[in-house]
Amino acid sequence: MISLEDIHVTFGEGTPLETRAVRGISLDIQEGEFVTVIGSNGSGKSTLLNTLSGETLPTSGKIKVGDDDVTYWSTAKRAKLIARVFQDPLAGSCENLSIEENMALAWYRGKPRGFGSALNSQNREIFKKQLSRLGLGLENRLKDKMGLLSGGQRQAISLLMSALQPAKILLLDEHTAALDPKTAAFVLDLTCQIIDENKLTALMVTHSMQQALEVGTRTIMLHEGKIVFDVKGEERKGLTVVDLLDLFKKNQQGEELSDDSLLLG
Amino acid sequence: MSTIAALGALESGLVFALVAFGVFLSFRILEFPDLTVDGSFPLGAAVSAILIVSGVNPWLATFAAFGAGMMAGVVTAWMNTKLGILNLLASILTMIALYSINLRIMGKPNIALLGETTVLTPTESWGMPYYWATPLAFSVVVLVVFFFLLRFLNSQPGLAMRATGANARMARSQGINTDRMIILGMAVSNGLVGLAGSLFAQSQGSADITMGVGVIVIGLASVIGGEAIITPKTMFLALIACVVGSILYRFAIALALNADFIGLKAQDLNLVTAVLVTFAIVAPKLKANLTAKFSRGNK
Repeated sequence: MISLEDIHVTFGEGTPLETRAVRGISLDIQEGEFVTVIGSNGSGKSTLLNTLSGETLPTSGKIKVGDDDVTYWSTAKRAKLIARVFQDPLAGSCENLSIEENMALAWYRGKPRGFGSALNSQNREIFKKQLSRLGLGLENRLKDKMGLLSGGQRQAISLLMSALQPAKILLLDEHTAALDPKTAAFVLDLTCQIIDENKLTALMVTHSMQQALEVGTRTIMLHEGKIVFDVKGEERKGLTVVDLLDLFKKNQQGEELSDDSLLLG
Repeated sequence: MSTIAALGALESGLVFALVAFGVFLSFRILEFPDLTVDGSFPLGAAVSAILIVSGVNPWLATFAAFGAGMMAGVVTAWMNTKLGILNLLASILTMIALYSINLRIMGKPNIALLGETTVLTPTESWGMPYYWATPLAFSVVVLVVFFFLLRFLNSQPGLAMRATGANARMARSQGINTDRMIILGMAVSNGLVGLAGSLFAQSQGSADITMGVGVIVIGLASVIGGEAIITPKTMFLALIACVVGSILYRFAIALALNADFIGLKAQDLNLVTAVLVTFAIVAPKLKANLTAKFSRGNK
């Protein structure tokens, strides 16, 4: 489904600020897999996601989705295959546009945009139905500006938007990190529902080891731009945060993980 | 102010409503500070003037002015999106280049259109004085453009264009080719400004190389002034605000220059414009501050 072949991403190559964010990641993700990605700050999680979405082009390596080699496709072109929810709740929607206009933008993702009216009674009905499942009363506020909503509400709508059109892949970049615990749980629950319903292949970057093990079908951990471990199936069942730390220590020849936030999250 | 002066203000106000639409598209929809308009306005005038004096059908000449303006916008947008030049700088470069191009097109600094057949010639048979007929004809043009833009901004590509200006990263992740949207938007924006330049030259009876100076400020004054009066909650209101702002700006200028007790003369026009724009930008903030103070005082 998704295959990454020896991806390298280097920023500012040849300058004193050269950063090798991703150093040779190869990964095959099967259709329907829900991969959680963990790693400390600067481990290359976000860069990996940006390479998949097309915002960052790899310095070397190859990316394939299905049979398409998408390595040099623009973000816009990839949008018909890939839907994305950003870490920043403000980044995934336009605050100056209304709720229905934001949803209409997603409604035409990957479709040719003709000169017809962006909103019509049919897609409004669908937006309403989708919004009502949130139970937040947003279905009655279609014309409200997105900027009037809270971060959690906007993130929930971003999730709904990602599922309005069939995509093959859903990318989630720490999309619950900026939310309070209760809202985060709500959004995570919604995420699992949407992935399940639409049978999506998903990649979720998270800062919390607990979360990484609780949801999804496979977990990979990045460290300094490389995959340090990759667990799934039977091996992943029953793993605890402590097991993960041991696994990390084993694979890193005794190096201790120093990022507290990974443990506390 | 006499009736003729008032109708004259209305007439310029209507022409500059087209400029305001263009500036609204670039500054507000695309968030692209575009100074190209100072060049595309005289470009439209130059293209249509030279075609008209060469005997080309005036409608065709006006259409060509629209096309020429579009091309100017495409050049600016292309320099910004494909060459990676900062948007403001790209527009300044095009504006400067257009000064030479406009001189080349006209072959001399100005072309008189008096006695030529223009798109306004048919209005002579309407049986009313020109100072009534011209604003009437222009209001038809503004109305047509108004509805076309309103339709466009609520269409799928129009919404995509608004998203491009509001949140380009999000727009791209929704499959919108933001570069293409910027190029399209800038083309339409400068096309409208070129059209305005053409109509202005035809109603004033001449095209002049200097007629573009300060057009961007007038356009901005109209957009910002309009927004200060009408809160642009919807696209419909935002476009109405452009027209209202543009006409009111002309009346404010006419009043300022006609009021003898202030002692302003025609040469003070640019100063008055700058003061008006500054005031229009500050007014909403000032209003908010005063309201806050007032409500505190009442407690």
